[in-house]
Amino acid sequence: MSGIGVLGAGLAVLGVGLGIGRIGGSAMEGIARQPEAADKIQTAMIVAAALIEGAGLFAIASTFWA
Amino acid sequence: MKQTNRIKTIVLAGLSLLMSVNFYANHHEGEGHGTHKEGVAKEYNPVVTIMDHIKDANEWHVITTDENTAHPNHISIPLPVIIYDNEGLKFFMSSKVAHGHTHEGYKMTHDGQVVSVAGKKKADMFDVVKGNLSTDAVFFDLSITKNVATLILVFIILMIVFPKMAKSYKKGLVPSGVAKFLEPIVLFVRDDIAKPNFNQKQMDKFMPFLLSIFFFIWFSNMMGLIPFPPFGANLTGNISVTFVLALITMLVINLNGNKGYWGHMLWMPGVPVPVKILLAPIELVGVIAKPFALMIRLFANITAGHIVVLSLIGIIFIFQSIGGSLMAVPLALFISVLELLVAFLQAFVFTMLAALFIGTSTAEAHH
Repeated sequence: MSGIGVLGAGLAVLGVGLGIGRIGGSAMEGIARQPEAADKIQTAMIVAAALIEGAGLFAIASTFWA
Repeated sequence: MKQTNRIKTIVLAGLSLLMSVNFYANHHEGEGHGTHKEGVAKEYNPVVTIMDHIKDANEWHVITTDENTAHPNHISIPLPVIIYDNEGLKFFMSSKVAHGHTHEGYKMTHDGQVVSVAGKKKADMFDVVKGNLSTDAVFFDLSITKNVATLILVFIILMIVFPKMAKSYKKGLVPSGVAKFLEPIVLFVRDDIAKPNFNQKQMDKFMPFLLSIFFFIWFSNMMGLIPFPPFGANLTGNISVTFVLALITMLVINLNGNKGYWGHMLWMPGVPVPVKILLAPIELVGVIAKPFALMIRLFANITAGHIVVLSLIGIIFIFQSIGGSLMAVPLALFISVLELLVAFLQAFVFTMLAALFIGTSTAEAHH
Protein backbone atom coordinates (compact mmCIF):
# COMPACT_ATOMS: atom_id res chain seq x y z
CA MET A 1 0.00 0.00 0.00
CA SER A 2 1.63 3.22 -1.14
CA GLY A 3 1.12 6.74 0.21
CA ILE A 4 -1.45 7.55 -2.42
CA GLY A 5 -3.21 4.27 -1.61
CA VAL A 6 -3.47 5.23 2.05
CA LEU A 7 -4.88 8.61 0.99
CA GLY A 8 -7.45 6.83 -1.18
CA ALA A 9 -8.42 4.52 1.68
CA GLY A 10 -8.93 7.56 3.89
CA LEU A 11 -11.15 9.22 1.28
CA ALA A 12 -13.16 6.02 0.88
CA VAL A 13 -13.72 5.82 4.62
CA LEU A 14 -14.79 9.48 4.62
CA GLY A 15 -17.52 8.73 2.08
CA VAL A 16 -18.64 5.58 3.86
CA GLY A 17 -18.72 7.41 7.19
CA LEU A 18 -20.90 10.17 5.75
CA GLY A 19 -23.22 7.65 4.14
CA ILE A 20 -23.67 5.38 7.16
CA GLY A 21 -23.93 8.45 9.40
CA ARG A 22 -26.83 9.72 7.35
CA ILE A 23 -28.57 6.34 7.48
CA GLY A 24 -28.07 6.15 11.24
CA GLY A 25 -29.35 9.68 11.76
CA SER A 26 -32.41 9.16 9.61
CA ALA A 27 -33.17 5.86 11.31
CA MET A 28 -32.98 7.60 14.71
CA GLU A 29 -35.43 10.25 13.50
CA GLY A 30 -37.71 7.58 12.10
CA ILE A 31 -37.67 5.61 15.35
CA ALA A 32 -38.30 8.78 17.37
CA ARG A 33 -41.38 9.54 15.28
CA GLN A 34 -42.67 6.00 15.22
CA PRO A 35 -41.18 3.92 18.04
CA GLU A 36 -43.42 0.95 17.28
CA ALA A 37 -41.72 0.58 13.86
CA ALA A 38 -38.27 0.42 15.47
CA ASP A 39 -37.66 -3.26 14.56
CA LYS A 40 -38.41 -2.80 10.89
CA ILE A 41 -36.41 0.43 10.67
CA GLN A 42 -33.45 -1.21 12.39
CA THR A 43 -33.36 -4.13 9.97
CA ALA A 44 -33.65 -1.87 6.94
CA MET A 45 -30.96 0.39 8.41
CA ILE A 46 -28.50 -2.47 8.87
CA VAL A 47 -29.10 -3.77 5.35
CA ALA A 48 -28.55 -0.32 3.82
CA ALA A 49 -25.47 0.28 5.96
CA ALA A 50 -24.07 -3.11 4.96
CA LEU A 51 -24.53 -2.31 1.27
CA ILE A 52 -22.73 1.04 1.63
CA GLU A 53 -20.02 -0.63 3.65
CA GLY A 54 -19.64 -3.14 0.82
CA ALA A 55 -18.98 -0.35 -1.67
CA GLY A 56 -16.50 1.22 0.74
CA LEU A 57 -14.70 -2.08 1.24
CA PHE A 58 -14.37 -2.47 -2.53
CA ALA A 59 -12.66 0.92 -2.59
CA ILE A 60 -10.38 0.09 0.34
CA ALA A 61 -9.48 -3.31 -1.12
CA SER A 62 -8.58 -1.69 -4.44
CA THR A 63 -6.26 0.80 -2.69
CA PHE A 64 -3.95 -2.15 -1.93
CA TRP A 65 -3.08 -2.21 -5.62
CA ALA A 66 -2.58 1.55 -5.87
CA MET B 1 -28.50 -15.49 46.07
CA LYS B 2 -29.41 -14.49 42.55
CA GLN B 3 -27.62 -11.19 43.05
CA THR B 4 -24.38 -12.89 44.13
CA ASN B 5 -24.55 -15.22 41.17
CA ARG B 6 -24.87 -12.29 38.88
CA ILE B 7 -21.92 -10.49 40.43
CA LYS B 8 -19.87 -13.68 40.18
CA THR B 9 -20.69 -13.92 36.48
CA ILE B 10 -19.70 -10.31 35.85
CA VAL B 11 -16.43 -10.69 37.77
CA LEU B 12 -15.61 -13.89 35.91
CA ALA B 13 -16.39 -12.30 32.57
CA GLY B 14 -14.21 -9.32 33.43
CA LEU B 15 -11.35 -11.55 34.55
CA SER B 16 -11.51 -13.65 31.43
CA LEU B 17 -11.37 -10.52 29.30
CA LEU B 18 -8.34 -9.25 31.21
CA MET B 19 -6.75 -12.64 30.82
CA SER B 20 -7.32 -12.55 27.10
CA VAL B 21 -5.53 -9.23 26.84
CA ASN B 22 -2.67 -10.74 28.79
CA PHE B 23 -2.49 -13.72 26.48
CA TYR B 24 -2.43 -11.52 23.44
CA ALA B 25 0.52 -9.77 25.00
CA ASN B 26 2.34 -13.06 25.59
CA HIS B 27 1.59 -14.19 22.10
CA HIS B 28 2.88 -10.93 20.83
CA GLU B 29 6.04 -10.89 22.88
CA GLY B 30 6.84 -14.35 21.67
CA GLU B 31 6.55 -13.52 18.02
CA GLY B 32 8.95 -10.64 17.61
CA HIS B 33 11.38 -12.95 15.83
CA GLY B 34 14.88 -11.64 16.00
CA THR B 35 13.84 -8.13 16.95
CA HIS B 36 16.05 -8.20 20.05
CA LYS B 37 19.45 -9.76 19.52
CA GLU B 38 21.67 -10.12 22.61
CA GLY B 39 21.07 -6.88 24.38
CA VAL B 40 21.06 -4.74 21.25
CA ALA B 41 17.68 -3.02 21.54
CA LYS B 42 16.29 -2.81 18.02
CA GLU B 43 13.11 -1.07 17.07
CA TYR B 44 10.11 -3.37 17.45
CA ASN B 45 8.14 -3.98 14.27
CA PRO B 46 4.50 -4.84 15.00
CA VAL B 47 3.69 -5.52 11.33
CA VAL B 48 5.65 -8.81 11.41
CA THR B 49 3.68 -10.05 14.41
CA ILE B 50 0.35 -8.95 12.99
CA MET B 51 0.94 -10.54 9.60
CA ASP B 52 2.11 -13.74 11.31
CA HIS B 53 -1.18 -13.82 13.15
CA ILE B 54 -3.39 -12.93 10.17
CA LYS B 55 -1.84 -15.52 7.86
CA ASP B 56 -2.57 -19.20 7.89
CA ALA B 57 0.30 -21.41 9.09
CA ASN B 58 1.36 -25.05 9.16
CA GLU B 59 2.12 -24.92 12.88
CA TRP B 60 0.36 -23.39 15.83
CA HIS B 61 2.74 -21.04 17.54
CA VAL B 62 2.15 -20.81 21.30
CA ILE B 63 5.01 -18.87 22.84
CA THR B 64 8.71 -18.14 22.46
CA THR B 65 10.95 -18.34 25.51
CA ASP B 66 14.53 -17.04 25.85
CA GLU B 67 13.71 -14.56 23.16
CA ASN B 68 16.48 -12.10 23.94
CA THR B 69 19.19 -14.76 23.79
CA ALA B 70 21.05 -16.17 20.82
CA HIS B 71 18.85 -19.27 20.84
CA PRO B 72 15.19 -18.32 21.20
CA ASN B 73 13.03 -21.32 22.00
CA HIS B 74 9.85 -21.38 19.88
CA ILE B 75 7.09 -23.55 21.35
CA SER B 76 4.46 -24.56 18.80
CA ILE B 77 1.77 -27.18 18.41
CA PRO B 78 2.72 -29.27 15.35
CA LEU B 79 0.02 -29.83 12.74
CA PRO B 80 -0.14 -32.52 10.06
CA VAL B 81 1.34 -31.62 6.68
CA ILE B 82 -0.19 -33.36 3.67
CA ILE B 83 1.50 -32.64 0.36
CA TYR B 84 0.89 -34.04 -3.10
CA ASP B 85 3.69 -33.61 -5.63
CA ASN B 86 5.46 -35.58 -8.38
CA GLU B 87 6.69 -38.10 -5.79
CA GLY B 88 3.13 -38.83 -4.66
CA LEU B 89 1.35 -38.14 -1.42
CA LYS B 90 3.48 -37.12 1.55
CA PHE B 91 2.32 -37.05 5.12
CA PHE B 92 4.32 -35.85 8.12
CA MET B 93 3.96 -33.62 11.17
CA SER B 94 5.12 -30.03 10.86
CA SER B 95 7.53 -30.58 13.80
CA LYS B 96 9.71 -32.58 11.38
CA VAL B 97 10.37 -29.48 9.29
CA ALA B 98 10.52 -26.96 12.16
CA HIS B 99 13.69 -25.08 13.15
CA GLY B 100 15.23 -25.21 9.69
CA HIS B 101 15.09 -29.01 9.30
CA THR B 102 14.40 -30.47 5.88
CA HIS B 103 12.12 -33.47 5.39
CA GLU B 104 11.23 -35.15 2.09
CA GLY B 105 12.23 -32.03 0.19
CA TYR B 106 10.29 -29.53 2.29
CA LYS B 107 11.19 -27.05 4.99
CA MET B 108 9.30 -24.45 7.04
CA THR B 109 9.89 -20.72 7.06
CA HIS B 110 10.03 -18.92 10.40
CA ASP B 111 6.43 -17.76 9.98
CA GLY B 112 5.19 -21.35 9.72
CA GLN B 113 4.75 -21.79 5.97
CA VAL B 114 5.89 -25.11 4.47
CA VAL B 115 7.89 -24.44 1.30
CA SER B 116 9.65 -26.64 -1.21
CA VAL B 117 13.43 -26.82 -0.97
CA ALA B 118 13.59 -27.23 -4.76
CA GLY B 119 11.81 -23.89 -5.16
CA LYS B 120 8.48 -25.32 -6.30
CA LYS B 121 5.50 -23.04 -5.94
CA LYS B 122 2.53 -23.87 -3.72
CA ALA B 123 -0.47 -24.27 -6.07
CA ASP B 124 -3.12 -21.63 -5.46
CA MET B 125 -6.42 -20.67 -7.03
CA PHE B 126 -4.74 -18.71 -9.83
CA ASP B 127 -2.73 -21.80 -10.84
CA VAL B 128 -5.95 -23.80 -11.01
CA VAL B 129 -7.60 -21.13 -13.16
CA LYS B 130 -4.57 -20.89 -15.47
CA GLY B 131 -4.24 -24.68 -15.69
CA ASN B 132 -0.69 -24.47 -14.32
CA LEU B 133 -1.01 -27.81 -12.55
CA SER B 134 2.09 -29.77 -13.58
CA THR B 135 3.54 -31.36 -10.43
CA ASP B 136 7.04 -30.51 -11.66
CA ALA B 137 6.36 -26.81 -11.14
CA VAL B 138 3.89 -26.73 -8.26
CA PHE B 139 2.99 -28.81 -5.22
CA PHE B 140 -0.45 -29.20 -3.70
CA ASP B 141 -0.68 -28.40 -0.03
CA LEU B 142 -3.63 -30.27 1.52
CA SER B 143 -2.33 -29.80 5.06
CA ILE B 144 -4.41 -29.47 8.19
CA THR B 145 -3.26 -25.89 8.77
CA LYS B 146 -4.20 -23.62 11.66
CA ASN B 147 -7.36 -22.50 9.85
CA VAL B 148 -8.36 -26.01 8.81
CA ALA B 149 -7.89 -27.22 12.39
CA THR B 150 -10.12 -24.38 13.61
CA LEU B 151 -12.66 -25.22 10.91
CA ILE B 152 -12.79 -28.82 12.15
CA LEU B 153 -13.04 -27.58 15.74
CA VAL B 154 -16.01 -25.34 14.88
CA PHE B 155 -17.59 -28.26 13.04
CA ILE B 156 -17.18 -30.52 16.08
CA ILE B 157 -18.61 -27.88 18.43
CA LEU B 158 -21.64 -27.32 16.18
CA MET B 159 -22.08 -31.09 15.89
CA ILE B 160 -22.07 -31.48 19.68
CA VAL B 161 -24.17 -28.44 20.57
CA PHE B 162 -27.03 -28.68 18.08
CA PRO B 163 -27.97 -32.37 18.32
CA LYS B 164 -27.90 -31.87 22.09
CA MET B 165 -30.26 -28.93 21.71
CA ALA B 166 -32.57 -30.92 19.44
CA LYS B 167 -32.61 -33.82 21.89
CA SER B 168 -33.64 -31.55 24.78
CA TYR B 169 -36.93 -30.79 23.00
CA LYS B 170 -37.90 -34.46 23.10
CA LYS B 171 -38.44 -34.08 26.84
CA GLY B 172 -40.88 -31.24 26.37
CA LEU B 173 -41.20 -27.84 24.82
CA VAL B 174 -39.48 -26.03 27.69
CA PRO B 175 -35.85 -25.56 26.67
CA SER B 176 -33.23 -27.03 28.96
CA GLY B 177 -29.45 -27.02 29.05
CA VAL B 178 -27.75 -25.53 25.99
CA ALA B 179 -31.13 -24.95 24.33
CA LYS B 180 -31.87 -22.27 26.92
CA PHE B 181 -29.04 -20.22 25.51
CA LEU B 182 -29.51 -20.99 21.82
CA GLU B 183 -33.29 -20.90 21.49
CA PRO B 184 -33.55 -17.08 21.52
CA ILE B 185 -30.86 -16.86 18.85
CA VAL B 186 -32.54 -19.44 16.62
CA LEU B 187 -35.80 -17.54 17.08
CA PHE B 188 -33.97 -14.32 16.24
CA VAL B 189 -32.77 -15.82 12.95
CA ARG B 190 -36.28 -17.06 12.21
CA ASP B 191 -38.23 -13.94 13.15
CA ASP B 192 -35.84 -11.12 12.24
CA ILE B 193 -33.97 -12.61 9.28
CA ALA B 194 -36.18 -15.18 7.59
CA LYS B 195 -39.70 -13.91 8.25
CA PRO B 196 -39.42 -10.52 6.49
CA ASN B 197 -38.03 -12.18 3.35
CA PHE B 198 -39.89 -15.48 2.98
CA ASN B 199 -43.33 -16.98 3.03
CA GLN B 200 -44.01 -20.06 5.16
CA LYS B 201 -43.14 -22.62 2.48
CA GLN B 202 -39.86 -20.93 1.59
CA MET B 203 -39.03 -20.55 5.26
CA ASP B 204 -39.23 -24.31 5.87
CA LYS B 205 -36.94 -24.78 2.89
CA PHE B 206 -34.29 -22.16 3.67
CA MET B 207 -34.17 -21.99 7.48
CA PRO B 208 -31.65 -24.88 7.73
CA PHE B 209 -29.31 -23.07 5.35
CA LEU B 210 -29.66 -19.73 7.12
CA LEU B 211 -29.15 -21.25 10.57
CA SER B 212 -26.11 -23.18 9.34
CA ILE B 213 -24.31 -20.16 7.89
CA PHE B 214 -25.32 -17.95 10.80
CA PHE B 215 -24.01 -20.26 13.51
CA PHE B 216 -20.95 -21.28 11.53
CA ILE B 217 -19.90 -17.66 10.97
CA TRP B 218 -20.77 -16.58 14.50
CA PHE B 219 -18.93 -19.48 16.18
CA SER B 220 -15.86 -19.04 13.95
CA ASN B 221 -15.78 -15.31 14.62
CA MET B 222 -15.91 -15.97 18.36
CA MET B 223 -13.17 -18.63 18.08
CA GLY B 224 -10.93 -16.00 16.52
CA LEU B 225 -11.44 -13.72 19.52
CA ILE B 226 -10.21 -16.27 22.07
CA PRO B 227 -6.52 -15.42 21.95
CA PHE B 228 -4.76 -18.66 22.94
CA PRO B 229 -4.37 -22.03 21.19
CA PRO B 230 -6.36 -24.01 20.20
CA PHE B 231 -8.34 -20.87 19.39
CA GLY B 232 -7.42 -17.49 17.96
CA ALA B 233 -6.93 -18.47 14.33
CA ASN B 234 -8.15 -15.90 11.85
CA LEU B 235 -10.69 -18.27 10.28
CA THR B 236 -13.42 -15.99 8.90
CA GLY B 237 -10.70 -13.43 8.14
CA ASN B 238 -9.36 -15.86 5.55
CA ILE B 239 -10.49 -15.01 2.04
CA SER B 240 -10.73 -18.69 0.99
CA VAL B 241 -13.18 -19.46 3.80
CA THR B 242 -15.39 -16.48 3.02
CA PHE B 243 -15.08 -17.30 -0.70
CA VAL B 244 -16.56 -20.74 -0.16
CA LEU B 245 -19.33 -19.34 2.06
CA ALA B 246 -20.18 -16.78 -0.62
CA LEU B 247 -19.99 -19.42 -3.37
CA ILE B 248 -22.48 -21.66 -1.54
CA THR B 249 -24.76 -18.64 -1.05
CA MET B 250 -24.48 -17.79 -4.75
CA LEU B 251 -25.42 -21.35 -5.72
CA VAL B 252 -28.40 -21.32 -3.37
CA ILE B 253 -29.57 -17.95 -4.75
CA ASN B 254 -29.29 -18.92 -8.41
CA LEU B 255 -30.28 -22.59 -8.32
CA ASN B 256 -33.49 -21.60 -6.55
CA GLY B 257 -34.14 -18.64 -8.83
CA ASN B 258 -37.59 -18.84 -10.37
CA LYS B 259 -38.91 -17.69 -13.74
CA GLY B 260 -39.55 -14.16 -12.47
CA TYR B 261 -35.97 -13.80 -11.23
CA TRP B 262 -34.35 -14.89 -14.49
CA GLY B 263 -36.96 -12.97 -16.49
CA HIS B 264 -36.16 -9.76 -14.66
CA MET B 265 -32.48 -10.38 -15.14
CA LEU B 266 -32.29 -11.32 -18.81
CA TRP B 267 -35.34 -9.58 -20.33
CA MET B 268 -36.54 -6.87 -17.94
CA PRO B 269 -40.33 -6.47 -18.38
CA GLY B 270 -41.88 -3.06 -18.81
CA VAL B 271 -39.00 -1.20 -20.47
CA PRO B 272 -38.20 -0.54 -24.15
CA VAL B 273 -36.16 -3.15 -26.03
CA PRO B 274 -32.86 -1.18 -26.18
CA VAL B 275 -33.02 -0.74 -22.41
CA LYS B 276 -33.75 -4.46 -22.02
CA ILE B 277 -30.53 -5.24 -23.92
CA LEU B 278 -28.62 -2.67 -21.86
CA LEU B 279 -29.93 -3.94 -18.53
CA ALA B 280 -29.18 -7.65 -19.05
CA PRO B 281 -25.36 -7.39 -18.67
CA ILE B 282 -25.73 -5.03 -15.70
CA GLU B 283 -28.07 -7.46 -13.96
CA LEU B 284 -25.77 -10.36 -14.78
CA VAL B 285 -22.86 -8.55 -13.10
CA GLY B 286 -25.05 -8.48 -9.99
CA VAL B 287 -25.03 -12.30 -9.90
CA ILE B 288 -21.29 -12.17 -9.17
CA ALA B 289 -21.18 -8.81 -7.37
CA LYS B 290 -23.63 -9.75 -4.61
CA PRO B 291 -21.72 -12.79 -3.30
CA PHE B 292 -18.44 -10.97 -3.97
CA ALA B 293 -19.54 -8.20 -1.61
CA LEU B 294 -20.52 -10.83 0.97
CA MET B 295 -17.07 -12.40 0.69
CA ILE B 296 -15.13 -9.13 0.97
CA ARG B 297 -17.29 -7.75 3.78
CA LEU B 298 -16.82 -10.69 6.14
CA PHE B 299 -13.12 -11.05 5.29
CA ALA B 300 -12.34 -7.34 5.69
CA ASN B 301 -14.31 -6.85 8.91
CA ILE B 302 -12.79 -9.78 10.75
CA THR B 303 -9.26 -9.18 9.50
CA ALA B 304 -9.49 -5.48 10.36
CA GLY B 305 -10.71 -6.37 13.86
CA HIS B 306 -7.76 -8.68 14.48
CA ILE B 307 -5.32 -6.10 13.12
CA VAL B 308 -6.72 -3.33 15.34
CA VAL B 309 -6.53 -5.42 18.54
CA LEU B 310 -2.98 -6.54 17.78
CA SER B 311 -1.90 -3.01 16.81
CA LEU B 312 -3.14 -1.66 20.14
CA ILE B 313 -1.31 -4.40 22.03
CA GLY B 314 1.71 -3.58 19.86
CA ILE B 315 1.79 -0.07 21.35
CA ILE B 316 3.05 -1.62 24.61
CA PHE B 317 6.06 -3.13 22.86
CA ILE B 318 6.77 -0.03 20.81
CA PHE B 319 6.87 2.35 23.80
CA GLN B 320 8.06 -0.26 26.36
CA SER B 321 6.85 1.89 29.24
CA ILE B 322 4.03 1.99 31.77
CA GLY B 323 2.48 4.90 29.89
CA GLY B 324 2.14 2.85 26.73
CA SER B 325 0.42 0.05 28.65
CA LEU B 326 -1.91 2.46 30.41
CA MET B 327 -3.02 3.70 27.03
CA ALA B 328 -3.03 0.37 25.19
CA VAL B 329 -4.77 -1.97 27.64
CA PRO B 330 -8.06 -0.03 28.07
CA LEU B 331 -8.18 0.62 24.33
CA ALA B 332 -7.53 -3.05 23.51
CA LEU B 333 -10.17 -4.06 26.04
CA PHE B 334 -12.66 -1.68 24.44
CA ILE B 335 -11.93 -2.96 20.94
CA SER B 336 -12.09 -6.58 22.14
CA VAL B 337 -15.57 -5.97 23.52
CA LEU B 338 -16.52 -4.18 20.31
CA GLU B 339 -15.26 -7.20 18.36
CA LEU B 340 -17.69 -9.41 20.29
CA LEU B 341 -20.46 -7.23 18.88
CA VAL B 342 -18.91 -7.25 15.39
CA ALA B 343 -18.64 -11.07 15.49
CA PHE B 344 -22.40 -11.27 15.98
CA LEU B 345 -23.20 -8.37 13.65
CA GLN B 346 -21.22 -9.79 10.74
CA ALA B 347 -22.88 -13.20 11.12
CA PHE B 348 -26.22 -11.36 11.17
CA VAL B 349 -25.41 -9.19 8.14
CA PHE B 350 -24.16 -12.14 6.09
CA THR B 351 -27.26 -14.20 6.88
CA MET B 352 -29.58 -11.21 6.47
CA LEU B 353 -28.24 -10.37 3.02
CA ALA B 354 -28.24 -14.05 1.98
CA ALA B 355 -31.90 -14.24 3.05
CA LEU B 356 -32.66 -11.00 1.19
CA PHE B 357 -31.05 -12.24 -2.05
CA ILE B 358 -32.67 -15.67 -1.83
CA GLY B 359 -35.97 -13.96 -1.03
CA THR B 360 -35.80 -11.82 -4.17
CA SER B 361 -34.78 -14.74 -6.37
CA THR B 362 -37.64 -16.93 -5.17
CA ALA B 363 -40.34 -14.28 -4.68
CA GLU B 364 -43.76 -14.99 -6.19
CA ALA B 365 -44.71 -12.69 -9.03
CA HIS B 366 -46.88 -9.85 -7.76
CA HIS B 367 -47.70 -7.68 -10.74
